[in-house]
Amino acid sequence: MKLLDQTRQLLRRDQVFEFLQPEINPDLDISHRTLLYLEGVSVSFDGFKAINDLNLYIDAGELRCIIGPNGAGKTTLMDIITGRTRPDSGSVWFGQVINLLKLSEPEIANAGIGRKFQKPTVFENHSVFDNLELAMAADKRVWPTLLARLTAEQADHIDQVLATVGLLEQRQRPARVLSHGQKQWLEIGMLLVQRPRLLLVDEPVTGMTHQEMDRTAELLTSLAGEHTVVVVEHDMEFVRSIARKVTVLHQGSVLAEGSMEAVQNDPRVIEVYLGEAGSC
Amino acid sequence: MILTRLLRDDRGGQILLGSLLVLALLAPVLNLALPPDHPLHLSTYTLTLLGKYLCYALLAVAVDLVWGYLGILSLGHGAFFALGGYAMGMYLMRQIGDRGVYGNPELPDFMVFLNWSELPWYWWGFDHFGFALLMVGLVPGLLAFVFGWFAFRSRVTGVYLSIITQALTYALMLAFFRNEMGFGGNNGLTDFKDLLGFDLQADSTRVALFLASALALALGYLACRALVLSKLGRVAMAIRDAEERTRFTGYRVDRVMLWLFTFSAVLAGIAGALYVPQVGIINPGEFSPLFSIEIVIWVAVGGRATLYGAVAGALLVNYAKTWFTGALPEVWLYALGALFVVVTLFLPQGIAGLGRGLGTWTRRGRREEARP
Amino acid sequence: MPLLSRLLLVLLLGCALTITRADEPVPIPSPFEAALPLLLDSKFPVKEQAIEQLAQTGDPRLEELFSALLAGDLYQLKSNASLVMATGQDADLRVMAVPGGEPIAGISAADLKKITLNNRMRGQLKAALARLDLSHADPGRRLTAATSLLNDPGGASRQVLTERLSQETDAKVKETTALVLALMDLQSPDPRARLAALPPLRDSLHPQVRAALTQLLERESDGQVKAAASRVLRHIEGRVHWYGQIETLFFGLSLGSVLVLAAIGLAITFGVMGVINMAHGELMMLGAYTTYVMQQLLPDHIGLSLFLAIPAAFVIAGLVGILIERGVIRFLYGRPLETLLATFGISLILQQLVRSIFSPLNRAVETPAWMAGSWQVNEVLSLTLNRLVILGFCLLVFALLYLILNRTRLGLQVRAVSQNRAMARAMGVRSQWVDAMTFGLGAGIAGVAGVALSQLTNVGPNLGQSYIIDSFMVVVFGGVGNLWGTLVAGLGLGVANKLLEPWAGAVLAKILVLVFIILFIQKRPKGLFPQKGRAAT
Repeated sequence: MKLLDQTRQLLRRDQVFEFLQPEINPDLDISHRTLLYLEGVSVSFDGFKAINDLNLYIDAGELRCIIGPNGAGKTTLMDIITGRTRPDSGSVWFGQVINLLKLSEPEIANAGIGRKFQKPTVFENHSVFDNLELAMAADKRVWPTLLARLTAEQADHIDQVLATVGLLEQRQRPARVLSHGQKQWLEIGMLLVQRPRLLLVDEPVTGMTHQEMDRTAELLTSLAGEHTVVVVEHDMEFVRSIARKVTVLHQGSVLAEGSMEAVQNDPRVIEVYLGEAGSC
Repeated sequence: MILTRLLRDDRGGQILLGSLLVLALLAPVLNLALPPDHPLHLSTYTLTLLGKYLCYALLAVAVDLVWGYLGILSLGHGAFFALGGYAMGMYLMRQIGDRGVYGNPELPDFMVFLNWSELPWYWWGFDHFGFALLMVGLVPGLLAFVFGWFAFRSRVTGVYLSIITQALTYALMLAFFRNEMGFGGNNGLTDFKDLLGFDLQADSTRVALFLASALALALGYLACRALVLSKLGRVAMAIRDAEERTRFTGYRVDRVMLWLFTFSAVLAGIAGALYVPQVGIINPGEFSPLFSIEIVIWVAVGGRATLYGAVAGALLVNYAKTWFTGALPEVWLYALGALFVVVTLFLPQGIAGLGRGLGTWTRRGRREEARP
Repeated sequence: MPLLSRLLLVLLLGCALTITRADEPVPIPSPFEAALPLLLDSKFPVKEQAIEQLAQTGDPRLEELFSALLAGDLYQLKSNASLVMATGQDADLRVMAVPGGEPIAGISAADLKKITLNNRMRGQLKAALARLDLSHADPGRRLTAATSLLNDPGGASRQVLTERLSQETDAKVKETTALVLALMDLQSPDPRARLAALPPLRDSLHPQVRAALTQLLERESDGQVKAAASRVLRHIEGRVHWYGQIETLFFGLSLGSVLVLAAIGLAITFGVMGVINMAHGELMMLGAYTTYVMQQLLPDHIGLSLFLAIPAAFVIAGLVGILIERGVIRFLYGRPLETLLATFGISLILQQLVRSIFSPLNRAVETPAWMAGSWQVNEVLSLTLNRLVILGFCLLVFALLYLILNRTRLGLQVRAVSQNRAMARAMGVRSQWVDAMTFGLGAGIAGVAGVALSQLTNVGPNLGQSYIIDSFMVVVFGGVGNLWGTLVAGLGLGVANKLLEPWAGAVLAKILVLVFIILFIQKRPKGLFPQKGRAAT
């Protein structure tokens, strides 16, 4: 009796139902504590291959810089990780058990991936403090949000972060009056209160003065370790000042990976990227 | 107390609720206690008109909640208003009993006229006031929920959403015009006799309905105010200003939109339910796209994203409409049309924005102190 | 004079009758001429016999004679008992000799005695005339005669018809004659004849054939015939159904063409510029009123005024559109919801303006003669000409617009601005000018659509309002910024609407289509043909 067997299978107490089993990526190598894992990822827009069979592994606690010429697919890569763009093929895993391709943007954010946009995006009409309060890690479903009250502890934490990003004096001012650089900092602050395990930072120093850049570099390096930080940046000087490991993207796939020095001396990189960048 | 916390920073709200209270205390006295020839006597006609305006004001608050704070321009809120109205109208219809023209104890007149032999299933239960009240909230709420669930999940926003909400109310209007729908077709539901046993023509009933409208407006206002001040309200504004950012911050944007939209629809339904016994009729005209878009202009005139502005706008525009249609009927559409253009071009913040411009400096100082 | 004329008459009669001359051949009177005097007899049976004899002669003069007899134009001249034909009255009385047709002067009504007829003779004459028509030289006349026999198969004998069929050269007449014969055979007592009559009926869509078959099925006793007849009837009904479907498709395409016309201007302003123009319907209304005014100006040239109305409506609606763009919309770019509200206000003002100028009542716009009537494809399918013209007009407007956008400099600039405003400006495109022109183009096309609408519906202040939601649905359904999408969506929705109508009714069909679009948009927010591209950050 096949049916009977199946029923017995269903009723076994030592196993949970298949759909209740956590999905585990069999290929994921945890010996190197890989936090983010992209393999064979491709995506195209109207025939244009923005990402082409890309493989990328980010270890926990790492500070990784991703560079590449315009159109190399850097922003699309961020879009894929945060769920904004669905790849045509390939797999994207966060940690060992979270299949990012199955989650929506808010679910990915709540799973511990924070993203700073290329163009600083903050809630213009909210005060700086409110911006952080809204971003702060919490139960972000509708009803808990409706009933949420700010505890003293949380307020302290927000003030701490405000101090870190140097916006303590602006805390009650609406975000729209901040300068471009301050908005960048506010957005980084919003990432910090989210307490993500992985920070994706897209061009963080655009519109910043040299001092601000130095402070940003300092902040990002200090975050690495506890957090994992991925920085996409055009400014080579800035990348040189923070980079431990650099990935070079070209035409949607990884061209080279390694220390800044090694990458800089890679003839292929010089040809496709640094040669062009030299003229910038 | 909650009330003080809600209204602490809300000068407009304080004035609004204060004048509502005064009106609620004064109107019954002026209407019932004073003889009709007394110079201060408030005629029942005026009282009912005021009650109607208050219902419109509640509707405007509902629209402002989703448009002003969430950025969803609904051109179909008239549909929720009308559905609430129909739910109440069905109860009032059942209350007529055998006093209709055909004297049928079971069927409303129009069904007898259409040769229907029995009450359709969706009319069942409407002879109970409680059930009707439930439906007043449930039907618009459910429609908004289902509609919103589809729309927000697929991220239909902006003008697309506006257009399909307009199509929604248009489709409903066509549907309710059909006799086969069983809602009285063209003529709608009318000839109501009494509500909970009270004669609808009696002055005292009119006063009670007026008071109920005032109370509903006050409670609706406070509820929306509480919502706006809550973290959810701030998330809503965050969605309005930067939807993508909110999503990447970890909020389920579609869920927030869905619940606020549904809540707003329920408020609109309640407004409709209070409106119907006062005007004595509900017909498919309330579903017309023109009415829905008029609601939006009330809010725009008053000033979006200020709840008291929505109330003020509704009262002002409707008073103007009453005056124009009485004195210069052919000018009204010119005036309304010009209002749309002028407000969008020159008064994007509405009257509230004008008032705020004047009082900015005092309030800014106070807010700095108020925050911890 | 009387003497002279009498003399002449005698002479003529002598010619007509039997005057033999020794040296001439053919001395015998023709059977036609021989039978004529019998008509002068006072007894009806004799006259009937005369008609019978005359009819059998097959003489070419028969038709004129019988028609005159039937019309009561044949008389006996009292003076000499000769046969004459007389028409007109009193002073206009014209009398001619029969046969021959020579005019006879100086006769008054009092000199004439009518040849009287009874009903039997009238029947005889009609049947004879029908038979005559069957062999008329003009194929059109033959066809009319044959077709009239379809409705009344008793009008001719089988024999005559068979004979005609063998001689007939015109395919259409031949077909109809065969059909009449087959219908006659259906009444035959012989089952084999009935069976043989069925195959020719297979391809006929004439309602008489269906009626005859249905009747046959009711009384038929022979099983074989019955089965064959029901097969044939099923086949015919299948074809009638098929043509019914074509008709529905036509109605759908016609509705769709109106939708496309209404939506295509919107597709430009909404799709290319991202502007929601709620006054679009009122721009169509302006176009329709332009047609009305044109007809008032040129009341004697309805067709010409319609042609002139097309450019006039384009210019008027276009100018109003440019005015709206320069006066209101340009201050609201990037704020689509505000644009929606402001243009809605404009639509109210335009409506009221028209009410003030032309009164709130509907205005009648006439249809030129060449657009009235319909094209009869066959017995069950006819297409109304005005809808056909508007369908063609819609495709023409679409093609023109497509060319403008894809082949002209303005089109290039419009597309450039719609894709990247900043870049287009950097390349030297005057984006403000392009905006105004694009909006004017969209508005002008709305005006032209209004001209077309004036031929289909009432022209009144609410004309635009009733189309605005539908046209937005078409644009959104087709995919914003895609002309082809608008065309496909408009025609598709029109056809869907008409397909639903038979079982849902007009209103419910419309509701169903609306609900479908509402659900569709939620499934595919970018419409049927979305514009793809990398999401901009």
